[in-house]
Amino acid sequence: MERIAVSAVRKSFNLKPGQTVTVDGVTSNRIAVLDGVDLTINSGEFITLVGPSGSGKSVLLDVIAGLTEATSGIARIDGIEVSKPHARTAYVFQQYALFPWRTALQNVEYALEVRGVAAAERREKALHFLHLFGLQGFEDRFPSQLSGGMQQRVAIARALSTDPQVLLMDEPFAALDAQTRDILQSELLRIWEQIKTTVVFVTHSIDEAIYLADRVVVMTARPASVKEIVDIDLPRPRDLDIRNSPDFNAYRGRVWESLRDEVGKAQRDWAVASTYAN
Amino acid sequence: MSLIVDRNPPLRNTFSLRRKRALPKAPTALGETFSTITLGLPALIAFALLWEIAPRAGWINSLFFPPLSQVLSVLWEMIISGQLADHIGISLQRAAIGFALAVVVAVPLGFLMGRYTLFEKASDFLVQTLRNTSQFALLPVFILLLGIGEASKIAITFYAAVFFLLINTIVGVKSVDPLLVKAARSMGTSDWDLFKKVIFPSAIPSIVAGARLGVKTSLFSVIAAEMLAAQSGIGYLIQHSSLMLETDRMYAGILTLTIIGLLLNYLLVAGERRATHWRGSGESGPN
Repeated sequence: MERIAVSAVRKSFNLKPGQTVTVDGVTSNRIAVLDGVDLTINSGEFITLVGPSGSGKSVLLDVIAGLTEATSGIARIDGIEVSKPHARTAYVFQQYALFPWRTALQNVEYALEVRGVAAAERREKALHFLHLFGLQGFEDRFPSQLSGGMQQRVAIARALSTDPQVLLMDEPFAALDAQTRDILQSELLRIWEQIKTTVVFVTHSIDEAIYLADRVVVMTARPASVKEIVDIDLPRPRDLDIRNSPDFNAYRGRVWESLRDEVGKAQRDWAVASTYAN
Repeated sequence: MSLIVDRNPPLRNTFSLRRKRALPKAPTALGETFSTITLGLPALIAFALLWEIAPRAGWINSLFFPPLSQVLSVLWEMIISGQLADHIGISLQRAAIGFALAVVVAVPLGFLMGRYTLFEKASDFLVQTLRNTSQFALLPVFILLLGIGEASKIAITFYAAVFFLLINTIVGVKSVDPLLVKAARSMGTSDWDLFKKVIFPSAIPSIVAGARLGVKTSLFSVIAAEMLAAQSGIGYLIQHSSLMLETDRMYAGILTLTIIGLLLNYLLVAGERRATHWRGSGESGPN
């Protein structure tokens, strides 16, 4: 069943006053970030998006999340155009985005609170998801008292507590050290196997992209469109050892080959990209 | 990677925002207080001794500078008679009413100015002009407009506190992490909830810091106003005693004010710490 349908989505931004960009001899104060993205994602699918830095992957997530409007084109969830944040979509950010004045438990409860869930029920649900991520005993800690890996676990627990049909993840593990990253990838897969929600996961890491995904979507350099979609036909449930298998290695080579030219283009484009993205 | 399209320019004039990353834990703080007292005590005792000896030895005129023991005994008499409590009560009451009014006006106004750029641009110039006008210079205006009674004293304390609160509320609102706003929006937060559950709590440390500065200036302003035009209050006590050449009473008044100032500062710092306890001590768990 088709869950997310992105068709011909374009997005451009106005540059800061006084800044201009010249493309093919035409000078403009607008910069194109997405250039006709087409992508269909099925229900329960785990999709990873890879592409060079500044290629607009996050912007695509924002469009699907209903946080920013496409300049043209349409993103649909279950056939309905997304124009504002959907109640059954959850978003996980690289920098955790936890409220520092709330404890771990209160942070998870937040998403339920703004949905008007009764206090007792949201507490029970929040505890369930915190425990799912092994955070027993840390319920009353503030984010400043938790490690990065634990903060991101809280953020994912918060996202999952609303039973989302669509889970958007913007480089959620990029700020973590390698071991923590490995552990969290496996935890995420373990929990995803149980709930089978639709996941769109942006990453810079080819290994992460292949390890997690049903399909890896390779994006072009800015302005971005879908360059290639690689089906990952590896058995599930997967464990980290799979990264040493010949099949995995073949996928790694394939995705890298697709990505290499785009990364080169993006590097030449870096001076421009750095002026509009942060 | 998040896109921040339009960030407001930083405000030009801000009051000190204490952003202590690592707050000492309770036992350490107590220990520190203790060592501050034990180390600081000799200097304080020396000062008290000098105050006692200098007038007695005739180094300074004891009419203008009575010995400390005499000041303390007058202070004690005033405490026993209840006279001092009356003066303290009235001064604190004036300061509190003026300060409370300042909170009621400044916080909502600060939210509007911090949140709506156009509103801020329209009002910023006026605010900057007003806040650079001394409340003491305006006292005659308040007296002319509001009379010599309570209203003019409350007005000066209001004026003294309102700009600290206003500027710090604006700063607090503007310094809200855009990522938190984005995350809140992604969870379907309504405008009202965004204000109540995201912007307000993240502005609190800044507002509390403004309040700490505002409370003190409120109190000091009311003292000054009482010196010029009042029949009660600590300021009146000091000024009136001075005119009557009752210098021991005058020093008792000054000493009272010092003690109130110290206590207030201690309370406010403790309150500020409480309001920002979630900033934590940097201690973190395993990965």
